Amino acid sequence: MFLSMNWISDFVDLTGLDKMELISRFSLSTAEVENEVFHKGSDISGIVVAEIKEVADHPDSKKLHLLKVDAGDGKLTDVVCGAPNVKVGMKTAFAKVGAKIGEIEITPRPVAGVTSYGMCCSEKEIGISDDHEGIMEILDDAPCGTALKELYAIEDIIFEVDNKSLTNRPDLWGHYGIAREFAALAGRELKPLDCVDLAKYDGLPKVDMKIEDKLCQRYSCMQVENITKTVSPVNMRIRLYYCGMRGINLLADLTNYLMLEMGQPMHAFDSRKVEKLRIKRFDKPFTFQTLDGVERNINENTLMICNDNTPVAIAGIMGGLDSEIVEDTTTLTLESATFDAVSIRKSTVRLAHRTDASMRYEKCLDPEMTVPAIARFIKLLTDIDSGVKVVSALTDEYAFKYDTVKLDFDKKFVDRYTGIQISNECIVDTLKSLGFEVKLSGDDFSVTVPSWRATKDVTIKADIIEEITRIYGYDNFEINTADAPLYPVRADLEKTVEDKVKDILVKRYSLHELHSYVWAYYDEYKALGIEVEDNIKLVNATNPNIETIRKSIIPTQLCQVKYNTAFAPDFGVFEVGRVVNGVNADNLCDERKMLAVTLFSKTKSVEALYLELRDMLAVVADDIKHEELSFERIEATHSYQHLKNLNKIYCGEVAIGEMGVVHPVVSKKIDKKAAIVYAEIDMATFAEIKNASISYSGPSRYPEMEIDLSFVCDMYAPIGNAIKAENCDLIKNVSVVDTYTDENGKSITVRLVFSHPERTLTKEEAMAVVESIVARLETVGVSMKK
Amino acid sequence: MAEQTMKLKQELTEKLKSVSDAIQLDQVRVEYLGKNGLITGLLKGMKDLSIEEKKTFGQEVNELKNEAAEMIANKGEELKNAEILKEINSMPEFDVSSPAKLDRGSYHPITLVQRQCEKIFKSMGFTVEDYSEVVSDYECFESLNIPKHHPARDMQDTYYLENGQLLKSQTSAAQNAIYKKYKDALINDGVPIKAIFPGRCFRNEATDACHENTFFQMEGVMVDKNISISNLIFFMKTMLSEVFQKDIKVRLRPGFFPFVEPGFELDISCLICGGDGCPSCKHSGWLELCPCGMIHPEVLKAGGIDPEEYTGFAFGLGLTRLAMMKYGVKDIRDLNSGSLRSLSQFTDDE
Repeated sequence: MFLSMNWISDFVDLTGLDKMELISRFSLSTAEVENEVFHKGSDISGIVVAEIKEVADHPDSKKLHLLKVDAGDGKLTDVVCGAPNVKVGMKTAFAKVGAKIGEIEITPRPVAGVTSYGMCCSEKEIGISDDHEGIMEILDDAPCGTALKELYAIEDIIFEVDNKSLTNRPDLWGHYGIAREFAALAGRELKPLDCVDLAKYDGLPKVDMKIEDKLCQRYSCMQVENITKTVSPVNMRIRLYYCGMRGINLLADLTNYLMLEMGQPMHAFDSRKVEKLRIKRFDKPFTFQTLDGVERNINENTLMICNDNTPVAIAGIMGGLDSEIVEDTTTLTLESATFDAVSIRKSTVRLAHRTDASMRYEKCLDPEMTVPAIARFIKLLTDIDSGVKVVSALTDEYAFKYDTVKLDFDKKFVDRYTGIQISNECIVDTLKSLGFEVKLSGDDFSVTVPSWRATKDVTIKADIIEEITRIYGYDNFEINTADAPLYPVRADLEKTVEDKVKDILVKRYSLHELHSYVWAYYDEYKALGIEVEDNIKLVNATNPNIETIRKSIIPTQLCQVKYNTAFAPDFGVFEVGRVVNGVNADNLCDERKMLAVTLFSKTKSVEALYLELRDMLAVVADDIKHEELSFERIEATHSYQHLKNLNKIYCGEVAIGEMGVVHPVVSKKIDKKAAIVYAEIDMATFAEIKNASISYSGPSRYPEMEIDLSFVCDMYAPIGNAIKAENCDLIKNVSVVDTYTDENGKSITVRLVFSHPERTLTKEEAMAVVESIVARLETVGVSMKK
Repeated sequence: MAEQTMKLKQELTEKLKSVSDAIQLDQVRVEYLGKNGLITGLLKGMKDLSIEEKKTFGQEVNELKNEAAEMIANKGEELKNAEILKEINSMPEFDVSSPAKLDRGSYHPITLVQRQCEKIFKSMGFTVEDYSEVVSDYECFESLNIPKHHPARDMQDTYYLENGQLLKSQTSAAQNAIYKKYKDALINDGVPIKAIFPGRCFRNEATDACHENTFFQMEGVMVDKNISISNLIFFMKTMLSEVFQKDIKVRLRPGFFPFVEPGFELDISCLICGGDGCPSCKHSGWLELCPCGMIHPEVLKAGGIDPEEYTGFAFGLGLTRLAMMKYGVKDIRDLNSGSLRSLSQFTDDE
């Protein structure tokens, strides 16, 4: 919203104050002002009122005219002018030699061979409207030579306030409310609005008007006739233009002017079209043509202004084409009303049509404003057009009245909230300057919130704190640390584990952390041959490609791997992210935080890569939980899983996730030759596993004994189980030193390291253990290599 | 007899000169010092000598034996040294000027910025909380003083799920749960609530270089008996100075957020020009950084905390924006692109 400093100054005397300084204080205390402030008219000088005394055709041009103008300096000046609207006796804006318009300085200069000593200006050239069809016609009575800037308020400071920062301030949608803020900030008086006393029309007949729907809070109207003027005063048009509105005609301009001044939208109907004003909704949808000529679909939730049963306007949004003021309109009915803000907002969204009026109604306007707005309107109208006659009494139905908001608090409350000392006097002055009624007894305040702040904005004591502190100025606050007691802070276990996992994967295994979206990417999945599995969906995704929430990170990660195949021949990526495993019995999403790892290699065998991943996870489990991993073969259930080598991972006794090889179809689509393996771990489950404590035993001073045993066996698991089952303290280490395959099948050579803590171990003692292990293995069909 | 020993010694000296390895040296050793070696052989001609001569000759032979042993040992040492020297000389000078191979992993930039922030807050006694991405309407709106049809809901285009839950549009969605988690300790034991909760947020909007539908925020709250606006300003200034590693000026402007009252927009002095005005701050000297404010009494109430007794402040930092500012990331979409060319550049930065 654009604001005019001249307009604000109508209501508060800011003489002697630095305006720019005030604007920046307003930005810090009230609402955000955009950086660029416009100094209108400051780049214009030397333009005066001049009368065209003679008009002659230019000898060499059909368009140009040769004028003689009286610029009040006792002589006639020769001017060449191309405007079509020149005529003898017309007064216009004349830039004399030496005048400045923006960057241009007027000098005598030949125009098609004839020297022109100055320039007649259009309103656009002066910057006071968009009109460039002809030169400005000055109708006001002013002697030739009068500086245009003296005649009209061309110089003004215009600043823009971000509308978003006014959403909670219905009172700031007009200059009068803004002026109240400036008055409070500057410590000056706010002047009352100049209005007519409507009581004098009480004897006139009332308008036939009735509110038939609770969505209309208040409806005030009045009828006037005999309006003879159609053009708005120049100063009014300049203000409207500077504030971003186009001049139309006197009545339209006046309603706009009132809206920009008081924040109250108004509407003028042709009285013939609203003989029985009714405000209501309709049971059935229909179409309605608004005054911009657009047919709009109205449904049963949209509040309408009607002439009995014929709709004439969409309440709070826009008037209808049929009830507009037209040339033969003699009597007009002036509407000033308030409507339910939520209803207006919803209708605006439904109609996809936001207007200056609806924007204001959405903010919960003060219903107390409707009548003063009419009184002000009639004052302005009669000042401009003295022949205007008011032909009805004020007709006003006040259906919904907000409660008066009264708030009690004490100085201690303010002190506690602010953390600084603000005097009682300062509190009282601030609140009064903003229109609050304040009673102070001792340190106890009793405050009545003014109606324009009481529609939703100021409702609780904390709101009063804002009023006091923002005017006091946050820059004036002494700042202090809190004196809160100290307590130890416990780190969140899951977060700690997450950090550790990331460190191991990045620092030890050189993996790269990536982020991917929480939903399935249909197109990318399809390209890789990955099925989008049914899961809970978004109901309002703008892109239908992303509506299903992912059940696993792996598919999104594989899409990222595909994207990076040219990055390096070998790389690994991981993500700690969320998935949703459908909904639980309470219809709530089963959200899980998962660690997903994918390794990609063009140089290693898939087996080597798979075991590398296994070792990686084993290190993670060992480092963070001091636990060993074990694995259990499971069946593939997802399209990206290879049917073989899919293992459930156990950390100690707890299942924490799975690891597998990517299905060849998917794998080949990512890269024809590369090996791709993945693992996915449930972070919460892993984090909850108790950390096995470190059990220290000093190194034995006695020699160790190594015994190598070779078994014919496909898998290490039975050997490992047999050794574990032996539960022998003398075995200090177990490792696989060799595996090979010959005509007898695969064999595995295991090296056992024995030692005794207190003496030298005998060969017999070690062999007894070995024999027991061999015997255990015999029972499960594993024999020693011969 | 002395000639014989002298001769033998000369012979040995000559022989050793031609010895070039340990095997030859050993042959020489056996030839001279072995049981049947040349030196022992000298003694064979001793039987014809007088006792006096025998004694003298015996001494000479013994001396020769010792000398020969020393000469051979010295030669052995010499050979070893030559061997080591040969090994040393055989090693080429390595080319350390060649490009180093940095086989290292990378953290997501959000992780880096998040960790830096967490570290600062932990040092000031804040707990770091984790929170889900799917939340209820109550968590994201109702409990934050944003009832249905509140205009503030229009500001956020929220992703709703089929079951009525939603993807959290702001980290504030965790506030209610955090108040409930810590209120007993606050009320019964007087432990102030000091928590931050970083997390991923979602807004249903079209993406471009400056807009993402998926981004990270970090919310922080502090609640105790006498938390004031003065504390809030102090805290924000201190915290942001730590984050940016320089003395930051802050200023507050009124800002409207339903879950705080008063609510503020916090600006910091421009990081580029320090407040003098430059293109990156549009010549204002200030950068709008984060919303903050005093927690709204209704929000405290919803969390089970009596607003008459306790006050608090809350703030929200855009982690994604912070990461972009810190690392000069121009296109927000780079962060979720999964591109290793971009993201592998971010290594441990603490």
